[in-house]
Amino acid sequence: METFFFAIVALVAIVSGMLVVKCRNPINSALSLIVTFFCLATFYVMLEAPFMAAIQVIVYAGAIMVLIVFVIMLLNLRTETGSRYTHAVTVGTIIGVLTLIEIVYFFSGGRSGLTGATGGLNTETIERVGHTELIGRSMFTDFLLPFEITSLLLLVAIVGAVVLAKKKI
Amino acid sequence: METLAMPAINFAAIMPETILSAVAMALLLVNVFVRSEQKAYLGYLSLIGILVTFFPIVAGWNAPVELQSGFNGAVLQDNFSLFFKGIFLVSAALSILISDQYMQREGCNHGELYPLILLATAGMMLMASGTDLMVIFLGLELLSVALYVLAGFNRDKLKSNEAGLKYFLLGAFSTGFLLYGMALTFGATGTTKIAGIAAYVAANPMITGNQMFLVGMLLMGVGFSFKIAAAPFHMWTPDVYEGAPTPMTAFMSVGPKAAGFAAFLRVFMIALPAYKPEWSALLWVLAVLTMTVGNITALFQQDIKRMLAYSSIAHAGYVLVGFVAGNAVGTAGIMFYMLSYAFMNIGAFAIILLVGRKGEPNNNVADYAGFGFKHPLLGLAMSIFLFSLAGIPPAAGFIGKFYIFSGAIQAGYIWLAIIGVLNSAASVYYYLRVMVFMYMKDPVEEFDWLKVTPAHALCLLVAVAGVLIPGIVPGYLLELAQKAVFF
Amino acid sequence: MLGAYLPIIVLVVVAAMFGLVSVTMSSLIGPKKPSALKLSPYESGCEPVGTARERFSVKFYLIAMLFILFDIEAVFLYPWAVVFKSFINAGAGAFIFGEMLVFIVILFVGYIYVWKKGALEWE
Repeated sequence: METFFFAIVALVAIVSGMLVVKCRNPINSALSLIVTFFCLATFYVMLEAPFMAAIQVIVYAGAIMVLIVFVIMLLNLRTETGSRYTHAVTVGTIIGVLTLIEIVYFFSGGRSGLTGATGGLNTETIERVGHTELIGRSMFTDFLLPFEITSLLLLVAIVGAVVLAKKKI
Repeated sequence: METLAMPAINFAAIMPETILSAVAMALLLVNVFVRSEQKAYLGYLSLIGILVTFFPIVAGWNAPVELQSGFNGAVLQDNFSLFFKGIFLVSAALSILISDQYMQREGCNHGELYPLILLATAGMMLMASGTDLMVIFLGLELLSVALYVLAGFNRDKLKSNEAGLKYFLLGAFSTGFLLYGMALTFGATGTTKIAGIAAYVAANPMITGNQMFLVGMLLMGVGFSFKIAAAPFHMWTPDVYEGAPTPMTAFMSVGPKAAGFAAFLRVFMIALPAYKPEWSALLWVLAVLTMTVGNITALFQQDIKRMLAYSSIAHAGYVLVGFVAGNAVGTAGIMFYMLSYAFMNIGAFAIILLVGRKGEPNNNVADYAGFGFKHPLLGLAMSIFLFSLAGIPPAAGFIGKFYIFSGAIQAGYIWLAIIGVLNSAASVYYYLRVMVFMYMKDPVEEFDWLKVTPAHALCLLVAVAGVLIPGIVPGYLLELAQKAVFF
Repeated sequence: MLGAYLPIIVLVVVAAMFGLVSVTMSSLIGPKKPSALKLSPYESGCEPVGTARERFSVKFYLIAMLFILFDIEAVFLYPWAVVFKSFINAGAGAFIFGEMLVFIVILFVGYIYVWKKGALEWE
């Protein structure tokens, strides 16, 4: 059941991801991107990470998409006309095929090459304590310094946005 | 309920970063509350902040191990990171000294410049002392976001905008590689702590056969190579260096490169020694490619800023030689070299900045015709910097290269050292070409617009001293660098 | 475990079906007598002038950018609010409060900067 559901969502994610690239109207691309973001949020839920799913929807599908649509309107992009074919497409296709072969090769040995370390948390712990609580605990103890650096990073981004985009500084 | 273990914080381990960020935030507020067209005072205040930051760095030298580590092992302020922090402070201070004049001339002396430089420096420091992949990543982001803005700081100039945008796009792209690599490494080993990864690999030697771990290492290598501008990940360098405001070009050609190397060294040497044969073979190719591509392309450049951009790619290649060697001599050589590179490269950019004037950057090599006669002292300083960049004794650049190459020979990489020396010899051509123009051509211009402010003179003096003194008596600095090697 | 999300899936399916079915049904069984007035965009409103695809001002961008940055700040407050109690129970209330204080103060500096700079004004 779960694998079946995953397959459906994965298919939607891939198709909408391709639409992002293939749509000739940038607004349609942006809307397809929202679908991709929602599919990713679904994956987070399936991985027992509901907090990540909520953040994915709030920040990416919500706020960042608004910014992307703003930029499209700002640039007043029209529907693309003319051919898109360049040499980059050829090179990209070759690299894509190579990557596909690589992935198939990795999986050909079963999943042995792709298993990693298992940590102390399991589904049962997440159900009992709660995902957000667990994130909070490691964020405010083990990852305290990265958390505080994040605020500096946001500060730099604020200053950068004002310096680069404000009419008169 | 699980018990909550509070982390051991130890503020001493992040004291330099804390001071710099606090000064940056204070300056940001001063900038908006004091409405003044003059922004030079912010530069002087930030210089004071940088001087204050030197105290914890000097005090932390040779500190006992339990005082070095902080935040549950997220940072480690050992001698290695302290040496690099010194390099970052020197490059930030020298760049700030030459900033005000240029920014006034180009009409973009906004006060945000100085807080951004300080925060970028704090980011570099976190990269150098980070022993958690998260800290390294966030330090890198802090540094990069500030630099994207600084590259596009001259908003009215198209070239500067182009530089900012290109740097942002390619930088974001490379960050993606780095982060994906870190995620895969975390997936394979279950920890983001560098020491934890090393311990996991030691306990599970079979993991070297794990493709996820291998791909993680490769992607991290790609991400770091972007930041240090190693070929074939160097494409952004010339355009960004050319378009960015010259003082910021000076800053970003030294600090971020050194920070990238510091994090690169620590992650690969401590967390991934199990892969040493693999990554040293890869870096061997990368080093040869970087040196050769940088030097050969630099031979054909007419624009001096682009020439120095390609030369900085070549210098990343020399430093990679020391990385491949992977021994104490090579690593000490890297540190010594990065410090002297800070002095000589920022010094050279300081002269380039003086030769230009508003609207006329005068970046063509031919614009330097007769410069040595018109301004003998500045010409002499430029010659010293160029000699040092070319690696001609008695400048510091020579000693650094000497140690890096002898480290490679000690480790058995004879061919790599030979290729490095040959590249170094080829590079003499394009550095000396500038000197040929300065001293052997008749002056076309009078260079009468040229005005050396006291701050500028101080920057040049420090840079000349920083190139000549370690070049003639390298003992003290080399000893410091040797003590800073972390293995 | 994932069964807890079944009601949400049911809700999504019902919502999608409702939208699809009502549109299809009305087009299938509804009477169609189009006239020029009925087909105009605003039946009893103004005549539309020009295209809706107007070029936006860059001012929107700055506001949106600042919104996202402070939005991300708010995201960090969620886990903090959730774990606050358990930190107090562990006797580390001051610790967790101080952590968030540092975070907020750093961003507050940014807020004051933006405010005094006039970036929130519609110039």
